[in-house]
Amino acid sequence: MSNILEVQRLTKSYGGATAVNEVSFALEPEKIYGLLGRNGAGKTTIMHMITAQLFPTRGEVKVFGENPYENERILSRICFIKESQKYPDTYRVVDVLEAAAAFYPNWDRDYAYALLEDFRLPPKRNMKKLSRGMLSAVGIVVGLASRAPLTIFDEPYLGLDAVSRSLFYDRLIEDYGEHPRTVILSTHLIDEVSQLLEHVLVIDEGKLIMNEDADALRGRAFTVVGTSSKVDAYTAEKEVINRSMFGGLASATIVGDMTVNDKKQAEALGLELATVSLQQLIVYLTRGNLERKAVEV
Amino acid sequence: MGFIIDDSRPIFMQIAERIEDDVIEGRLLEESQVPSKIQIATFYQINPATAAKGVSLLVDQGILYKKRGIGIFVATGARTLLMEKRREQFFEQYVVSMIQEAEKLGITAEHLSEMIKRGAKRDE
Repeated sequence: MSNILEVQRLTKSYGGATAVNEVSFALEPEKIYGLLGRNGAGKTTIMHMITAQLFPTRGEVKVFGENPYENERILSRICFIKESQKYPDTYRVVDVLEAAAAFYPNWDRDYAYALLEDFRLPPKRNMKKLSRGMLSAVGIVVGLASRAPLTIFDEPYLGLDAVSRSLFYDRLIEDYGEHPRTVILSTHLIDEVSQLLEHVLVIDEGKLIMNEDADALRGRAFTVVGTSSKVDAYTAEKEVINRSMFGGLASATIVGDMTVNDKKQAEALGLELATVSLQQLIVYLTRGNLERKAVEV
Repeated sequence: MGFIIDDSRPIFMQIAERIEDDVIEGRLLEESQVPSKIQIATFYQINPATAAKGVSLLVDQGILYKKRGIGIFVATGARTLLMEKRREQFFEQYVVSMIQEAEKLGITAEHLSEMIKRGAKRDE
């Protein structure tokens, strides 16, 4: 099958600052992607360009094979749930659902109202009177019920309690299972969503630093712990992404699949070995320069 | 169920191991139907494609088989096959690491075999 989305050398600059820098990737149909990275990494800017709400400075965006700008046919197939969605002053929860029903061709009205009940959302309440968590829940209802071939959630669970977040994951898995489509979950909270993802894209300082199958990354890195001289000897010719010391002990995290030889060598040196979680791997890879200033849109 | 997904190992392998355990311990009988990928995915809150990958790993090994249009079933003889496989792994996985830890603590081979006998009696 052909790609749902292709971006080529996508770049967005504001004056001297580059928010998104030469990002290229393609999304296949019917997969759940994670767009991960720290706050200010450039995730939201990328999503705004994909959904034609922002012009790239350079580079190309193709959604369903076409340029999305002012392209109504393409845009009706994209549902973008923004963290900072604004609604007209008079809108109640039901009005948001009716507006979505008019816009999205695959909208499932019964499903939308069932979700309202699941999330305990009062249909007649004015959007302005909803809590942060309730606003997020309305976004989730619209995102799920739209059944858009490309559905994008940007930090979908701000203010949601643990029960509602778990409900979101359950409903997403069920509905995606019955109506497969391409989903992008963009978030800086990796731990909770990581196991829902089939593929991860990691953005750091405006650049795409990782584009891989999620399961292939689990166990891709490992940590060795032991006396510092032995850890140094072990890691001499390996790619170390994190190193820390305490007293005479050192720990080093290495990228690469752990081979039988690695294991034997570490055991011979009396080092302890542990695999690294997907979340921890991403933390190590993205924490580089902590002082850098985030670029905000 | 007390089964938590470990984020530091491929999830499809953990799903395959879980199904293997279910077959070995008799929770999934031979010729019975395996839960669908969506049932597995919702239960563990994982991606349905990952669940499907875990199942197809066992289909490739002949532990499970597909009935067209119906679903996935446990093959006859699957339990024996899995028990043999697990017995082979047992030495590497448990015995070797136990001996290493025993050596670290200065436990002699004699003392260790005594402890094993004592442990085996515990349930009697």
